[in-house]
Amino acid sequence: MRPTQITGRLWVLREAAGRLYNDIDTDMIFHNRYLHITEVTQMGPYALDNLKGWEDFARRARPGDLIMAGSNFGAGSSRQQAVDCFHALGIAAIIAESFGAIYKRNAINSGLPLVTFPGLTEVASRFESGDIVTVDFCTGALIRNGVERFQAQPFSKVQLEIYQAGNLFEYGKAVTG
Amino acid sequence: MGKTMIQKLFAAHTAPEASVEPGDIIWLDLDVRTARDFGGANVVQNYREHYGDAPVADPTRTFFTFDLVAPPSNIPYANNQQLCREWARSQGIRVYDVNAGIGSHVAIEEGLVHAGDTFVGTDSHLNLLGAMGAFGQGMGDQDIAFAFKSGRTWFEVPPTMKVVLQGTLRAPGTARDLTLAVLQRLGADGALGRAIEFHGPAIEALDLAGRITLASQVTEMGGLIGFPISEAIPSSLLPDHDADYIESIEIDITELEPLIACPPNPANVHPVRELAGKRIDSVFLGSCTNGRFEDFAAVAAIVKGQQLAPHVMATVVPATRRVYAQLLASGVLETLFEAGFIISNPGCGGCASGHLGMTGKGEVQVSTSNRNFPGKQGAGQTYLASPVTAAWSALRGEITVPEVRA
Repeated sequence: MRPTQITGRLWVLREAAGRLYNDIDTDMIFHNRYLHITEVTQMGPYALDNLKGWEDFARRARPGDLIMAGSNFGAGSSRQQAVDCFHALGIAAIIAESFGAIYKRNAINSGLPLVTFPGLTEVASRFESGDIVTVDFCTGALIRNGVERFQAQPFSKVQLEIYQAGNLFEYGKAVTG
Repeated sequence: MGKTMIQKLFAAHTAPEASVEPGDIIWLDLDVRTARDFGGANVVQNYREHYGDAPVADPTRTFFTFDLVAPPSNIPYANNQQLCREWARSQGIRVYDVNAGIGSHVAIEEGLVHAGDTFVGTDSHLNLLGAMGAFGQGMGDQDIAFAFKSGRTWFEVPPTMKVVLQGTLRAPGTARDLTLAVLQRLGADGALGRAIEFHGPAIEALDLAGRITLASQVTEMGGLIGFPISEAIPSSLLPDHDADYIESIEIDITELEPLIACPPNPANVHPVRELAGKRIDSVFLGSCTNGRFEDFAAVAAIVKGQQLAPHVMATVVPATRRVYAQLLASGVLETLFEAGFIISNPGCGGCASGHLGMTGKGEVQVSTSNRNFPGKQGAGQTYLASPVTAAWSALRGEITVPEVRA
């Protein structure tokens, strides 16, 4: 079984003005000039390299880190690479006010934990890059630096099942034999 | 309680006993499964990794459509296309190759999709098939590899919002201006995770090209699919009168003026007059949003007998080979050529970075394409507008409010 509670170092994606980034689209996450790449292991260096102020994210991130963003994270195209580049870096989860619909599917299907946190924008000032955050996928409970508690949404049933199976392919085999 | 259109369409594609209320997870039967040159090679790779040489569920319902880097402008994309071709051959899958045009439009023209069908592929604008009453959906390469093998996938039934368009579209307003008005109202995430039904007299009056323009931009509203409710929808799919909507809004387009989406995103909509006089460097006409014959014919009617501003580089990219043929036969192509347009082969054109018509730093482009996110079409600034606004702007060399000729 994969862990349903994880703890990691947080990256809060903010604009230069300090606001939580909204509407980060898939061209900012993984620009279309790299779409010829088919090996997941080669996608890491390009993660967020078209997001203003975060061009060097891939060099600063470490396996096990968490990402936090505003609403509609992953808007835009259907490219799987915008999810796979975070797998390549070993990102443990992405926490956001909301996610683009196709992006959400792609992440769920590949077993990348997405945590939807309605109301995050109002409490975003409580979080800083470097915070240590614990998140429970089953309950949605989120704890900052071991003391401050927040409530995000738990995984949906299908999300948890695919996450535990590993990916859509294994889930499909388990469900349909 | 009655059902919305998406509920009826989904009910016809899942187990008879399955509940199709918003939030329910269903197994959705997929009538057609496709991949294109973006994502296609990744689909093949995922397929081989998980299924080896096993045959796809049904090669007659599985297709490749190469439309983005067509023909390929670099070796990695050429390699990916060739990998897909060879795998398709081994599987007995038909390839609509780099000469065909945009996959979603080819699917409509070639009769690969019909009203009431479900159709998936690696193109986030496949939901434009809502224009003809089909459920089109862009998906990632794992989803599509799974769909190739199983012919179905899991799907969460979305809630439906109802958008009623009151009034009548009047020149110089176009379907694109109506679409921009909806984007202005909903914003980039106003339909997040939802299906939309577009109702009202202004919708019923749209032709297929206009409905495609509207449905294609539902992605930019955050929505899954938009159905313009028109005569094209079979009565068995029409929403019930007591259907349950998560939200209903009304937009009156009687006083609609030409609109334009400014950087940095397609929902940053302003009246064209606020930007009138801004000098432009280039114009792009095409894409899955405005690449139909009707879009180019409207441009030709404006530029006929005139020359584009000398400093403006303007490109025409027909959606498909069939659109190209219509342009040739009707004389529209000749009119555009004589006015000074660059005429390209069919495809997605400037939507694929590294391909045709990138913008340079400081360049200002008016485009009928569908996205203007930073860096999408290059280093310049992209303004999204109707073919009519783009034509007038190309003639004057600056963003121009279109005039109505007597």
